[in-house]
Amino acid sequence: MNIKIWGCRGSIPSPGPEKSIYGSNTSCIQVTDGNNCIILDGGSGIQRLSESLPKNITHIDLLLTHLHLDHIIGLGFFQPFYNPKMTINIWGPAAAYVSLKQRLRRYFSPPLFPIRLSELPCKGEIFEIHNSTFRIGDFKITSEYICHPGPTVGYRLQLGKAVFTYIPDHEPALGSSDFPHNQEWTSGFKLARGADILMQDAQYKNEDYKNRIGWGHSSMENAIDFGELSGVKKLLLFHHDPMHTDEQLMELYKKNTQNRKLSIEVELAEEGKSYNI
Amino acid sequence: MATQQIEIILSRQMADCLSIPVFIVDTKGNLLFYNEPAEELLGLRFEETGFMPVEEWSVIFKPQNEKGELLPHVSLPLVQTLIHKIPSHGQFWVNNLKGEMHKISVTSYPIIGRPKRFIGAVALFWKSD
Repeated sequence: MNIKIWGCRGSIPSPGPEKSIYGSNTSCIQVTDGNNCIILDGGSGIQRLSESLPKNITHIDLLLTHLHLDHIIGLGFFQPFYNPKMTINIWGPAAAYVSLKQRLRRYFSPPLFPIRLSELPCKGEIFEIHNSTFRIGDFKITSEYICHPGPTVGYRLQLGKAVFTYIPDHEPALGSSDFPHNQEWTSGFKLARGADILMQDAQYKNEDYKNRIGWGHSSMENAIDFGELSGVKKLLLFHHDPMHTDEQLMELYKKNTQNRKLSIEVELAEEGKSYNI
Repeated sequence: MATQQIEIILSRQMADCLSIPVFIVDTKGNLLFYNEPAEELLGLRFEETGFMPVEEWSVIFKPQNEKGELLPHVSLPLVQTLIHKIPSHGQFWVNNLKGEMHKISVTSYPIIGRPKRFIGAVALFWKSD
C-alpha cells in the first residue's frame, strides 16, 4: 500500500513560512492500492488531496477517527462530494445516541457551512463503526475506541502482511496504570501491535503534557514509549502542535531521541511525504 | 494476551484514584481489577492475584447473610448487574482472607460503552458495620 500525508498538523491549520517543512494542514492521509482509495480524516489537507485525484476515480472510502473540527474542517472543500458520478462511503465512530449522519450535519449546515449534507450530489453511504473489523477491497480494517475525549477510534489497515496504524489523536498514558510497561492495559495497543508504520499523536512537549493531562493528546516522549511498547517498525510522530515551528519540532525530536537507545525507527510526520509498505 | 477495551482501562484509572474499594469485572464476572482500598478490605493484593476467574473469587469471600448462611451468587448486586445490565445495590457480610467478618454495602453498575456495548461491571463497596 502507498500512504501519503496530506496533513499532519494538530488542532488548527496554521500556515506560515516557519512551517514549510512539516506543513500546516490538519489531519488527512491517503492510502491507495490499485483501485482502492482510502482517505483517513478530512482535515484541511483533504482540499489539496482532492486536486490530485485521478480524473477517472469513481469510488472513495473516507474513514473518520472522530469529529473534532481539525479532522473534518476540509470536508466541505473535498471536490468529489460535488460529483454526482462519485460514490463516497463515510465511516466513523458511533456515539451513544446521536447518529454519525446527524453529527456530520452539524458541520454541513448553516451557519458553519452553506451547503447541507443532503444537498451533496455524490452517492454513498454512512457507516457507523465501533470496535469493528470490516473490509474495503483487499484491505482488512480494524477500528477501536481509543483514549481521546468524545467518540474516537483509531484504525489498523492490513493489506496482505503490510500493516499501517493510524491513531492521530491519542493519549495512551492516560488510563494505563503502568505506562509504558503494560500492553494489556494500554489504549490502542491492539491496533498498533507490530505495525509497519504507526502514526501516533505526539503533540506536546514533555513538560507541557503535565499541565494537559486528560486533554486527549500525547507528549513526544510518551508517543515514542507507545511505539516501542507496540513493537512497531516505524513510528511517525503526528499531530504537531500548531504553535511549533519546523525548527522547534526538530529540536524536540532531537531532545527526545538523541540520548535514548531506540528499538524502532522514529520520524516526524511530514506533509507531502509518502511511504510504501 | 487479551487487551482491555478503553472503557475498562478508564474505569480502572478512576478506581485507582479512589479511596473507596472498587471491583471491575468482565461480562462473565471474571475479576479484572480491584483497587488498593479493596485490597485492604479483602485481604488480598491485586498485584499478587491479577486476573481471577469468577469461580475463584466468588468462593474466596464467602458472602453470607446476618445468620451466617452463605448467599447464592445470584442474589449478589454485582451478579444482578451482570444478568440484567442494570445498577444494583445490597448489603451482606463477607469473610475476608484475614479471617475478618465485615458487613458491606455494595453498589454496582454495568459498563456499557458506545454504542450500547456491554463490556463488564463495576462494584463500589464499603464497610457498613
